[in-house]
Formats: sequence, structure tokens, C-alpha cells
Amino acid sequence: MDQGQGKGPRLITAVHDILLLTLLLVTTVAVVRLRNLVAVVMLLGLYSLLMAAVWLVLDAVDVAFTEAAVGAGITTFLLLAAVLLTGQEEKPPRRGPIGPLLIVAATGAVLLYATADMPPFGAPDNPIHRHVAPYYIDRSLDETGVPNMVTAVLASYRGYDTLGETTVIFTAGVAVLVLLGGRRRREDEIEEDE
Amino acid sequence: MSDLLILRIVAKLLIPYILLFGLYVQTHGDFGPGGGFQAGVIFASGFILYALVFGVANARRVVPPRLMATLIALGVLLFAGVGLAALLMGGNYLEYAVFADQPARGNHIGIWLVELGVGITVSAVMLTIFLTIAGRGR
Repeated sequence: MDQGQGKGPRLITAVHDILLLTLLLVTTVAVVRLRNLVAVVMLLGLYSLLMAAVWLVLDAVDVAFTEAAVGAGITTFLLLAAVLLTGQEEKPPRRGPIGPLLIVAATGAVLLYATADMPPFGAPDNPIHRHVAPYYIDRSLDETGVPNMVTAVLASYRGYDTLGETTVIFTAGVAVLVLLGGRRRREDEIEEDE
Repeated sequence: MSDLLILRIVAKLLIPYILLFGLYVQTHGDFGPGGGFQAGVIFASGFILYALVFGVANARRVVPPRLMATLIALGVLLFAGVGLAALLMGGNYLEYAVFADQPARGNHIGIWLVELGVGITVSAVMLTIFLTIAGRGR
């Protein structure tokens, strides 16, 4: 990622990385330890904002934008509404933390072990950069007339996937309307019956 | 409605710019970062801010649930309709190239319409979910 840059910018990027990852870790620990769900929702929004900054450092501006708008923005709203509806304090856990901690530690260890086999980060000859990516980089502007490659891939080359995703959002909206939307009307009817 | 005067005035000042930014992201998704999904979310958050400050009942008066339900379906139908239109004009499903004399121009039109459909559905769904959940709490 930093090829062609001097030592100074590379050091700054490293400092940014370490700072952001440390803040992410602190936020995560706070989320796990806190019992007040309103505070937890706020911290999760902060976590998403930090993740957006991480995406920005990785030059993934579209992902960063989505993370900031969806993760830090609308999800916080929706979770806040849900928390205000269900109660603000988390119930104390029934079981001790040892079992889950063991599972998490084992999964983390396996994942860390697997990263050893991954190709070097950001190297131009990685498999992921040699599959369809060169085609999009070479041809997407000529074929679609859209300068933002991410938009071209999402809406045109992968149009089916995006149609499917929009249908998922549609289904979520319809499900909420069906499950929660009709409640007041039914109560009115009951009141009328009485 | 919130009694906090400063909150009300700041919200009134902010909401037009949030909506404008949502429209900007929607219409410039082909040139800069963003697109229908992000635009829909930003546009919805403007209305959610309104609902938070001025109350869910007032927000429902601004955006009636029936209108929202229509828009939820309209966005998906627009997306799928663009695919069908391509099919009727002799291309494959969602093959936008047939919309204009040049494939690139047809693609640009198709992408723009499809992103609009995504934006409409996403903003209507997000707003519906919030208003439905928040409306139950009262």
C-alpha cells in the first residue's frame, strides 16, 4: 500500500493504524463490560466510526462511507429505538464467562494461525488482484461510462447481487410492518369491541 | 415534541442540509464515493432526526405510513423494471447497454435508474423500521 512513499508517511500510517486499532480494542472491551445498553449502543456507533477511519486508511472510501452512514448512523438510531422499547439494563448472565472465553480464544487462535498462510498484505500479484479486478480496472470506464469503479461493479457487473440486496432490505421493511405495524389497529378494534 | 429550544432550532437548521447531502450522494454516486444505499440511509436519517426532536406523531404526518409502504415496493419494482425493460428491448435481464446507441451511455442510464431504486427502497425501509419501533414505545 505504501509503495513509492517515503519513510515519513509510512511511519504516520503505522501510528494511525496502531492508534485506531487500540481505540477499537478499548471500545470493544467497554462494550463487553458495560451493562447499560444505551451506553453500549453509543459505543457501538463509535466502534463503527473508528472502523470507517480504518477503511479510509486502507483507501476503501466507498466502504468507509457505508460504514459511517449505516454502521455509525442509522444502526445506532435503530438500536436506540429498540433499546428504549425493551429496557435499558442488560440482565446478568446466567453462566460464567469461562466457556465462551475458551471458544473465542480457540477460534481466535485458529484464525491467527490461518493468517500465516495468507499472501502478503497489499501485494499487487495476490490472487485477489489477478482474477477479475484487472478487467474492471481496464474496461469499466469504457464499458459503463461511470468513473467510480465501485458503483460500476455494484450496479452493472454485479447488478443481480445488488437487486438481491435491495430485495433483502425490502423484505426487512415488509417484515417489520407485518410484525409490528398492525398492533395499534388491532388494539383499537379490541377497544371498539369492548 | 421536545421542549429543548436549542435542540429544535439546531435540528431545523441541520435537516435541510442532511436531505440535500443525501440527494447529492444519490446523484453523484457514479462520480464519487456513495450510491443509492448510502444516499437512502442519509436521507432517512434526516427524517429520523425530525422524528426524534418533534415526535413520531408529527413525523408520521410528514411521511404517512401508506406512502412509505408504497415507496418500499416502488424502489424494488424500479430496479426489477429496469431489468425487464432491458429484456423487452432485446438485451439480457439487467443488460443496460441496450438503453442507448452506445453501450457505455446505456450503462450509465441503467446504473443511474437502478441506484435510484435502491435509494428509494432503502430510505423508505429505514424510516419505516424506525417509526414503527419508536411508535410502539409510546
